[in-house]
Amino acid sequence: MANQVQYIFDNENLNRSAPQKFRQEDLKHDEMIVNIGPQHPSTHGVLRLEVVTSGEQIVEVVPHLGYLHRCFEKHAENLPYNQTLPFTDRMDYLAAMNNEHSFAMGVERMLGIDKDIPKRVEYIRVVVAELNRLASHFVALGSYGMDIGAVTAFFWMMRDREHILRLLEWVSGARMLYNYIWVGGLFYDLPVGFEERCLEFVQYLKPKLKELENVVIDNAIFVNRTANVGVLPIDLAINYGITGPMLRGSGLKYDLRKVDAYSVYPEIDFEIPIGKGQMGQLGDCWDRTWVRVQECYESIRIIEQSLEKLTKEHKRDRDFDPRAMVPKKIRPKAQDLYVRAENPKGETGFYFRADGRSDIPFRCKARGASFVNLSIINELAKGGQIADLIAVIGSIDIVLGEVDR
Amino acid sequence: MKAEEIKILLEESFPNKPFELVENATPQGIVAPTESLVEVMTFLHANEQLYFDMLSCITGLDNGVEAGTMEVIYNLYSIPNDLHLMIKVLLDREKPEVDSLVELWKTADWQEREVYDMYGIHFNNHPDLRRILMPADWEGFPLRKDYEEQTYYRGMKVKY
Repeated sequence: MANQVQYIFDNENLNRSAPQKFRQEDLKHDEMIVNIGPQHPSTHGVLRLEVVTSGEQIVEVVPHLGYLHRCFEKHAENLPYNQTLPFTDRMDYLAAMNNEHSFAMGVERMLGIDKDIPKRVEYIRVVVAELNRLASHFVALGSYGMDIGAVTAFFWMMRDREHILRLLEWVSGARMLYNYIWVGGLFYDLPVGFEERCLEFVQYLKPKLKELENVVIDNAIFVNRTANVGVLPIDLAINYGITGPMLRGSGLKYDLRKVDAYSVYPEIDFEIPIGKGQMGQLGDCWDRTWVRVQECYESIRIIEQSLEKLTKEHKRDRDFDPRAMVPKKIRPKAQDLYVRAENPKGETGFYFRADGRSDIPFRCKARGASFVNLSIINELAKGGQIADLIAVIGSIDIVLGEVDR
Repeated sequence: MKAEEIKILLEESFPNKPFELVENATPQGIVAPTESLVEVMTFLHANEQLYFDMLSCITGLDNGVEAGTMEVIYNLYSIPNDLHLMIKVLLDREKPEVDSLVELWKTADWQEREVYDMYGIHFNNHPDLRRILMPADWEGFPLRKDYEEQTYYRGMKVKY
């Protein structure tokens, strides 16, 4: 079987599996269909866009998804909760810690142990989740610069992201897909010396972010490319279920870390930056990018405060066991539960149905923030130029692993 | 506001319609009559005390062949009032269909397409009900409990 070509090629195969929504015959005079992706760097993954254009103007954008579909929900229905956890890493692979955090939180709530998790565990979770949020925003900002022609930012952001990945590798042993936050605890305590190194890194990061702001965000070319482009009014954003930096970029102070006050976030002092329309209209691509940069500063503040707690109030202890609360057997009572948490991209939610008789969920649905955020692309890009479409995709900040799950 | 109070509000506005509380649900939930889902959702969306403006999540669910039912679960959130609510409708497994909510929330468009893709639940009046994640010529609906994958897809063996 191995050296045999199994795939039966047919010219019509693409039309059968992913047919275009618009047909050549239905187009008006001067209109044409441009296919972008699935293999194209500016689509940030395997996203295929069917774009109906009239000259340079976009008439309609039809996204075709599913190229990275890995059946997360089907897997989750066949595996115990703790074995599903590594799969959540692979959803939004740029922010694996945040996914794990929300999934673990949901299962803990179902078991009713969410209030008994030791404070040190919660603070460590917050530190690693915020580090991962920084890494995710760095990819978003760096590749967004790259999309619209600022190559320097990409290298700078990747350099700083590398530091974060090394820190997290030191913590968990893996660079991107960690399986570090467990239901009821953590895989392991922080390595000795991590707190000092992390604090050192965070101090190093602040001037670098300023540099990024100088070079990219306030750059006249960048402002011209992003201001007044892809304007998202707040009511439309809510109607489309948009969350995360996109919604905040439109001017709504809505962050689940504050609204739901989960984990130890209520004990930490941080601000929620929102878009103000400084360079153009409220809710344009520039606002969304600016919100991401400001969020990086807030993440740094959160990390600093958490590290302070981790070195003083809840400091390292020989007897501390991060797995003390990890349940031997995860069998929740029969119930329905929807849990949500703030991922770098927006609201990540998990819907669980437990039947009370097995260790395997009856149903586990993942609500991907990128999936919902991407659904607005047609509204944002319609009527604009093709070049603006690239700016819009970048400002949505999608990860196809989470769109397709 | 608790789900009990919302239920009373709903019962006052829709007399003769059955509403039931969902047991052991977080956030609390109400089972709504399938045929008047759109009216119920319009009421929840427009009522000043509730004002559920965000439809967070639509989940499809198959209870299996023996139970003979499917469910669609809507997780609502009200940003100004900070209220959560779960609305559930029960569908017949033989002919699962429910009215689409695209008119109310645009986010329902893709989420309903995903439910259709995975469960084959038909959403009436949906403007663009196509498969979203699976290939258009895929056979069957993968998340149904009695799903069996096709043996071959384009000459490639599906199950290994």
